[in-house]
Amino acid sequence: MTGTGAIFCLEASGLGCVRDDRSLFEDLSFRLSSGQVLLLEGRNGSGKTSLLRLLCGMRQPDAGEIRWDGEDIFGLGPDYHTHIAYVGHKDGVKHDLTAFENLKLARGLAAPNLDTSIEDALRQVELWGFDDVAARNLSAGQQRRLALARLLVTRANLWILDEPFTSLDSRGIAIVETLFSNHVAHGGMLAVTSHHQVQLGDAETIRIDLSS
Amino acid sequence: MNTPSLSRAFALLLWRDLLLAYRRRTEMINPLLFFVLVTTLFPLGIGADPALLRQVAPGIIWVAALLAAMLSLDSVFRSDFEDGSLEQFLISAQPLSILVLAKVVAHWLITGLPLLIVAPLLGLLLDLPAASISTLLVTLALGTPVLSMIGAIGVALTVGLHRGGVILSLLVLPLYIPVLIFAANAVESAGAGLPIVAHLSLLTALLVLSTSLSPLATAAALKISLS
Repeated sequence: MTGTGAIFCLEASGLGCVRDDRSLFEDLSFRLSSGQVLLLEGRNGSGKTSLLRLLCGMRQPDAGEIRWDGEDIFGLGPDYHTHIAYVGHKDGVKHDLTAFENLKLARGLAAPNLDTSIEDALRQVELWGFDDVAARNLSAGQQRRLALARLLVTRANLWILDEPFTSLDSRGIAIVETLFSNHVAHGGMLAVTSHHQVQLGDAETIRIDLSS
Repeated sequence: MNTPSLSRAFALLLWRDLLLAYRRRTEMINPLLFFVLVTTLFPLGIGADPALLRQVAPGIIWVAALLAAMLSLDSVFRSDFEDGSLEQFLISAQPLSILVLAKVVAHWLITGLPLLIVAPLLGLLLDLPAASISTLLVTLALGTPVLSMIGAIGVALTVGLHRGGVILSLLVLPLYIPVLIFAANAVESAGAGLPIVAHLSLLTALLVLSTSLSPLATAAALKISLS
């Protein structure tokens, strides 16, 4: 799915995050390589989303650093962004655009995946047939699947996902889990928070519990 | 198309914003309506003496244009902030400043360009001479993009606040004043037959300056607002 077959590595050392004078976590270190899954656990408000935003480079860590293949991600800037795709709490789906138009934009702003067309991506999340429907008229679960389809039209190696299973039904969860295991099997990386027990086959999983 | 292309991303985002504006056109008409209403109310309020109207017209039209531009500012980033699109721009493979530039250009095409189109009619309504009307058009063409560019910085700084409206006006209005002074003065001078080259040069300089610097400042401000 990544198409490149290259081995990448995301490394965090001594990460700390302070929010509103409260330390969410400190001295957090881990190493994530191609084909591995980072599973973040913890209570509400334990800093899972904050950590994911740090990994995206949207926020500077208060301590420590994050390196992609040995280079600081803030130094890499947009070069790092070609390697990542993020789906957060907010879908990032434009309600006034159709499903197809939403993906067309996502593809244009990222490094496009030449092996997967927009039609393929929509078929994989079972939204083909809804491609010309305005996103506002899709159900919450369908909107979520549309947001996740964004992962497929980019060449990103590292998928960063904040509660990807929110509002998905069991069928939706199964579809998305298949996408995830395919991605990891092809040498992709996954950083995910979820209350739902993620079934990813035999993928090597690094668990971090932030509430401890 | 193997590598992400800058010009393609710019064009795509411009297309997206114009399409979104077209699908929400009833909202987009507001600034234009405001501009026309304010300008047409003045003759009713201060009396229909052509000499008086001719005298105050440049100021009225420009103040109305400025307020209309400010009224529309919040919409530059608001909906993208709320649905998470802005986060996606932030981690896009393209430099954020280029995406910001595309959004501001789209915003000007949607809210600034219509003002230019109705301005000659409003000039006629206020009995401006032909020389002043053409100057009015030139100053609007040079000045309103500056308003959008400067405004974008203010919006980027306040988009994360729940009630950023008042702060936005306080931030942005002082920076709008040079544009207002030079533009309204140029229209007045043209009506009196005086040279206006200096005014137009200054407005052009402001346009060049704001177009080159504002996207960088706006991108930096957005990063702060979203972190």
